[in-house]
Amino acid sequence: MFKLNPQAGQPLYLQLMQQIRHAIDTGALRAGDQLPGIRTLAEEIVVSHNTVAKAYSELEHEGTIELRHGSGAFIASRNKVQARSERFRHAQDRVRVLVEALRRDGWSDDEIHRMFEAELLYPERSSVKR
Amino acid sequence: MDYVIETRDLSKQFGTVQAVTGLNLRVTRNQVTGFLGRNGAGKSTTIKMLLGMTHPTSGSGLLLGHSITDPKQDLEARRQVAYCGEDKQLYAYMTVKQLINFTASFYPDWRSEVAASLLDQFQLPPGRKVKALSKGMRTKLSLLLALARRPALLILDEPTEGLDPVAIEELLQTLAGSPADGTTVFFSSHQISEVERIADRVCIIDRGKLAVDLSLDEIRQDHRRITLSFCRQPPEHLFDLPEVRSIETNGSQMIVVSSHGVDAVVERAKTAGAVVVDIVPVNLRELFLWTVQDHK
Repeated sequence: MFKLNPQAGQPLYLQLMQQIRHAIDTGALRAGDQLPGIRTLAEEIVVSHNTVAKAYSELEHEGTIELRHGSGAFIASRNKVQARSERFRHAQDRVRVLVEALRRDGWSDDEIHRMFEAELLYPERSSVKR
Repeated sequence: MDYVIETRDLSKQFGTVQAVTGLNLRVTRNQVTGFLGRNGAGKSTTIKMLLGMTHPTSGSGLLLGHSITDPKQDLEARRQVAYCGEDKQLYAYMTVKQLINFTASFYPDWRSEVAASLLDQFQLPPGRKVKALSKGMRTKLSLLLALARRPALLILDEPTEGLDPVAIEELLQTLAGSPADGTTVFFSSHQISEVERIADRVCIIDRGKLAVDLSLDEIRQDHRRITLSFCRQPPEHLFDLPEVRSIETNGSQMIVVSSHGVDAVVERAKTAGAVVVDIVPVNLRELFLWTVQDHK
């Protein structure tokens, strides 16, 4: 279900956190759903046990999941998670509108992709190039 | 920090050859640490010294807090340390089942449920003689014998060497999950991508010395390769910064590797009138090559 990229310039535990959040945002994981145990997931995606443990602990800290002693990790049933997922869908709608507008202006998907990447990764740098 | 391996100025000389030179190696408890280096860099010699298989010429080391040069303490450490070597010497005339029972008899806290579940998971044939096993099966059997002891520290010397991709995957899965049972994993390898996938930390040894000791997430988060383009000759010593690991100049282009984000480098580049062409993450292979390639 989750796929981490060891060569990406982002810590593996952060990649895992984002993928779990994304699964919640898209509805693939719902409130109350159980996540695999730390060890099971570590073996499944073949990353260190510590990577999964850190991701789970951070997700618990921010209220996305609940760790119940002895029975595993569950997607938090709080409204907060739902609200976040709601806001995510709204934000995605806005991105869709922007992307469609850029396409109409004649930019290719590849170029749009690069624009987003430049903005997100190196906001300072994109102003240098102009 | 709690270290399971801690060496101080550890050195080993074979005749005129200095195999290990003043090595200060530290391995943190409950992590997976990969140990990289070129052939002859001193990996196996280091592991042999840790395990008491060869005596250091000078220096000292602690294995789970026990001195590796004191024979009495060394024995205590070895009860809690398991080792899977390159050669995987096992009793060839025994069957898998016999060897498991034989090994179990030496260890009072042997976990037969761990042995049984790994036997099943690795699909080892219990009735087959060890000499008739394939190389991959022998490695798995040796790993089974090591893990059923629930060792505090598992040391492996190139465990995936000569195994097929499926066997490698199974082995890596087992190693990745080991810290869950309180087993610290320290493994040497030539397969950089394996280390990159399952290790929490990487140590690179070069010419007998420790050249790199970093967490993989630190590398992912902070190491960047910045390509710059200059329209005039850049001032000398422009990038004399502690975080700059290497600088490569190619005509008007300059490639700078920073170990701590890009801000300081980009700022200096801008003041010198450079254009930032590209900023990309650094992977372990690149870091390894820069570390061990012949230094100019």
